[in-house]
Amino acid sequence: MADVRTDHPLAGGRQAALARGEPRRGWLARREALYGYAFISPWLFGLLAFTAGPLLAAFYFSFTEYPILSEPTWIGLENYERIFTEDEQFITSLINTAVYVGIRVPLHLGLAFGLALMLNRTIRGIGFFRTAIYLPSMIPIVAMAVIWRILLDPRVGYVNYFGGLLGLPEVNWLTSEAWVKPVIVFVSLWQVGIPMIIFLAGLGGIPEQLYEAAEIDGANPLQKLVSVTIPMMTPVILYNVVIDIINSFQVFAYAFILTRGGPNDATLFYVLYIYRQAFQYFQMGYASALSAILFVIVLILTLILLRSSNRWVHYERI
Amino acid sequence: MSASSVARPASAGTRPAFGRRKIIDRVLTYGSLALVSAIMMMPLYLMILISFRPADRAFTYPPDLWFTYFTLDNYPDALFRLLPFSLYLRNTVIIASLVIVGELVACSLVAYGFARFRFPGRDALFVVLLATLMVPFVVRLVPLFILFQKLGWINTFLPLVVPSFFGTPFFIFLMRQFFMTIPSELVDAARIDGAGELRIWAQIMMPLSKPVLAAVAIFAFQNTWNDFLGPLVFLQKAEVRTIILGLYGLMGMFVEWHLVMAAVVAAVTPLIIVFFIFQRFFVKGITVSGLKG
Repeated sequence: MADVRTDHPLAGGRQAALARGEPRRGWLARREALYGYAFISPWLFGLLAFTAGPLLAAFYFSFTEYPILSEPTWIGLENYERIFTEDEQFITSLINTAVYVGIRVPLHLGLAFGLALMLNRTIRGIGFFRTAIYLPSMIPIVAMAVIWRILLDPRVGYVNYFGGLLGLPEVNWLTSEAWVKPVIVFVSLWQVGIPMIIFLAGLGGIPEQLYEAAEIDGANPLQKLVSVTIPMMTPVILYNVVIDIINSFQVFAYAFILTRGGPNDATLFYVLYIYRQAFQYFQMGYASALSAILFVIVLILTLILLRSSNRWVHYERI
Repeated sequence: MSASSVARPASAGTRPAFGRRKIIDRVLTYGSLALVSAIMMMPLYLMILISFRPADRAFTYPPDLWFTYFTLDNYPDALFRLLPFSLYLRNTVIIASLVIVGELVACSLVAYGFARFRFPGRDALFVVLLATLMVPFVVRLVPLFILFQKLGWINTFLPLVVPSFFGTPFFIFLMRQFFMTIPSELVDAARIDGAGELRIWAQIMMPLSKPVLAAVAIFAFQNTWNDFLGPLVFLQKAEVRTIILGLYGLMGMFVEWHLVMAAVVAAVTPLIIVFFIFQRFFVKGITVSGLKG
């Protein structure tokens, strides 16, 4: 290391050079590049072994018949043909999931945004309220499902009792085909903490001068929300929408525990269907084809959102 | 939004009309916050309530929302008789500890590489890293199961632990954003003193990055503790089960709900304790990540 004392490749003025984006030349650059690759090599290996490799493998298995105990045999497009032409449960699970995503994402993010606005204050005791509202989001979904299983019980549950006090009809929530999806969305809304904290961090980053300027122009609170807060928050909103859609597409535990996909497949969500094909019927090839379709759906949705973003996301900075 | 107008001290007495509006504003603010908090906390409250109810009073009609009937017996019953809780706890703690160590070491090395070195393809690779955030876990689940089965890792902790030693994109992203905020003069000074890159990482970057390391540790702890699909698929034997799988197992049996609630309370208590100890790092870890727009 003695040789680098006076003329270390990375020392001095580097930040400025980085900012100017100047290319480096010679062995100094090679040395820095080697260090860079060395430091990121764990992730590169993990990317190949646990993400890219499995994605390619799933793609390959989707063209095979692969009952877990024997070797995969190539069957071409047969899995996809069956999925798109014969498999009614595929259609059902896709529609169920789309309905769930379509109801949940706006409600979940609307609630998260509203709560973040409420909590974005510097008043005494605000930390207590932030904690209280975040706390349920830490609870494992399995635990939440157990709790709601009891609260929704038609015999002993509290939901029907208090609903009755409000004049609502008595419903067997988890066995009603009409009610079960809205109920699962409703139950999932208690876990609003992560998008809420991200919104809260975003709200904290909006410069106070913008509000002061708006006030000088005579804006009322609603006008400030519409013309300052929401435009400034669009990058955070985009992030939350993309992540929430991806997460909601993977809804599994609530249905797996509360309803087992029933009644009459009303909560057979897509991931639950993949799980059944893979780990109950052990059809790894068929499950891989279903997984590949999910990947393409999520990819297309994400690309559409990112593409549309230059029309509604503002990146101005002060 | 109206933070400044609420926080500003009132010029008391001189403008009574303003004062009254302020009081109304304050009552509305606290009232709505209290109402929302109560609704959000309600399931947790009822869970705790039922966990302390004696069997014959677990559900009274009409519902009684106070600790009128109280017993401690459910806890020993649920944790020793109903479930091998200490075994599940031990398994979960082992997995979570190893995952935390793996994530902290791997993610900070990788993040340091992305934050402080220039190399061909760096920015493209970082975009790839961000893109992998959007790959649903379930898409990889089937091939990962086949891979781990071939390796003989099913029914061991390895499928849940080993990937964390290669980093998780979201944590790498958080750390990289934090590292970018550390003044490069500190690192440069160490380089001039002849410190090697690993030493700079260990002795300069790590001590300066405690907030983000703590945030990642907590997120990793929570994710591992709460994980359901991974353990469900990779851990099938009873003796390797995690706490969450134990809770799930209870749903399949015909059991008394007051005991189930005691088990749920016991399962989430460590999460809540850790949350309260490290609470202040949560928001900080996200705030520095640059998600604030």
